[in-house]
Amino acid sequence: MTETAERRRSFVRGALALLAAAAVYEALARSGYFAPALLPTIPSIAKTLIGSIADGTMIEHAAFTLYRVLFGFGLAIVVGVPLGILMARFTPVENFFLPLISALMPIPSFALVPLFMLWFGIGNLTTILIVFYAATFPIVFNTWSGVRTVNPIWLRAAGAMGADENKLFWKVIIPGASPFIITGMRQSFLRAWIAVVGAEMIAASDWGLGWVIFDAKEFLNADVMLASLVVIGLIGFAFERFVFGSLERMTVLRWGMMRAAKS
Amino acid sequence: MQDAVTTIAATSGSVAQGGERLRLIWRNIFPFIVVGAIWEIVAWTGIFPRRLFPTLEEVAASFVHLTVTGILPHHAFDTLVRLLTGFALAALIGVSLGVLMGRSRRAEDILLPLVSICAPIPGLAYAPLFLLWFGLGNISAVLLVGFVSAFPIIFNSWTGVKAVKEIWVRSAQAMGADDRRLFRHVIFPGALPYILTGLRLGLAQAWRILVAVEMLAAVPWGLGWLIFGARKFLNTDIMLAGIVVIAVIGLALEKLVFQKIENYTVVRWGMVSS
Repeated sequence: MTETAERRRSFVRGALALLAAAAVYEALARSGYFAPALLPTIPSIAKTLIGSIADGTMIEHAAFTLYRVLFGFGLAIVVGVPLGILMARFTPVENFFLPLISALMPIPSFALVPLFMLWFGIGNLTTILIVFYAATFPIVFNTWSGVRTVNPIWLRAAGAMGADENKLFWKVIIPGASPFIITGMRQSFLRAWIAVVGAEMIAASDWGLGWVIFDAKEFLNADVMLASLVVIGLIGFAFERFVFGSLERMTVLRWGMMRAAKS
Repeated sequence: MQDAVTTIAATSGSVAQGGERLRLIWRNIFPFIVVGAIWEIVAWTGIFPRRLFPTLEEVAASFVHLTVTGILPHHAFDTLVRLLTGFALAALIGVSLGVLMGRSRRAEDILLPLVSICAPIPGLAYAPLFLLWFGLGNISAVLLVGFVSAFPIIFNSWTGVKAVKEIWVRSAQAMGADDRRLFRHVIFPGALPYILTGLRLGLAQAWRILVAVEMLAAVPWGLGWLIFGARKFLNTDIMLAGIVVIAVIGLALEKLVFQKIENYTVVRWGMVSS
């Protein structure tokens, strides 16, 4: 069988599987065996989704969530990348921060939510700090190991060609460590995205996708919950694909640090 | 992600002389002393209300008190039982689905789209849905933990089986291995490093989700519930004691469980260097 025919068959099978899953779900929802409030039909979920996008509520919720996640994530980059570089370049800094980070890292960010709620109240500040906490560690670790694993031959070659400290840093170390740094950001964003949804649920404010889902539970609005789930999934997917994908293309792939995956 | 503690352990192994060792211990403890001292100073100056920012002695005292009265162990035990049940479910289903997807083109075509749609949604976003469907309490918590931690396990088992070198499979077949033996002696060991990575990621995920789920699902016992409940009475000291226990368990799972498994299997078989 040729490659394209095989690929087409995979595609058809995948689509059929999705359709079948949707049909089973729809049949379950319509069978009346479960309460319709708990298991809404797919058209009603779609209607809720389109309705809430049309009247702007879903967009506002998404905007709040994005604001929190990007703020916290930006803060994590601003703190994490320099800290990682410092740790890799200066042994005393490494000696001081490494034990602390290893001790803090296994604490799930959600465990801190109640504490942060007491300290900082309910709302944006708590959520942003939780996102920051969740997102910082992967960035620090990856930056740290990225800078440490820059090929020593490159450093010596650049040194032999007369690069000063400054140039060495910007032209060799940073680009050399960038695949690691970008991987770190990717992992971080994933964690930040998880953390923001959880923090919004627990430290409930008035807006945010996590809050919508949790609030909808009180009123048995399973259609709202599923619609927000779709939005959450789509945003996460879009970031992973487009933002980090293009970031990678613009930097490490162009510099030839990494090859694109074949598929 | 490189693990910090292993790095420290690796550097310590090479300089295992007595004085050096003491210096190393001191070097690892020193940052905690600094941070602890800053914490104490801030707590004593009373910039923040004492209720919200207890001194370390108070945290230690409530930790000892809760441990002696058996409350903290009970919470921790219930959390661990939930974690292990959910994770066992995830491991069983995840590894079998992943291996199936790696071995059969048909299973891959059917399952991959479903898995890739469900995986990127943060696990906790499913929590309210699970609570609606399965009610408050243990069943929801365990099922959600299992569901969420299954994804990394599925993905890694799948990649692992697909990454088994074609040449190993063919040489085993040429030497007359039947399907069962091929699986047991070639494919499974070959995929094991990936599967173990998946299990490790899954366990970490399960642990993170569980703490949050316990806060939401109103279970009677559990560490997540302990810290969440303490909030209502402004018992910051209990919260901090609970967080310490959570951190210790998280670290222990990583260090004692997974590194041991890895050493026994893939490192011994020479699949990865220790």
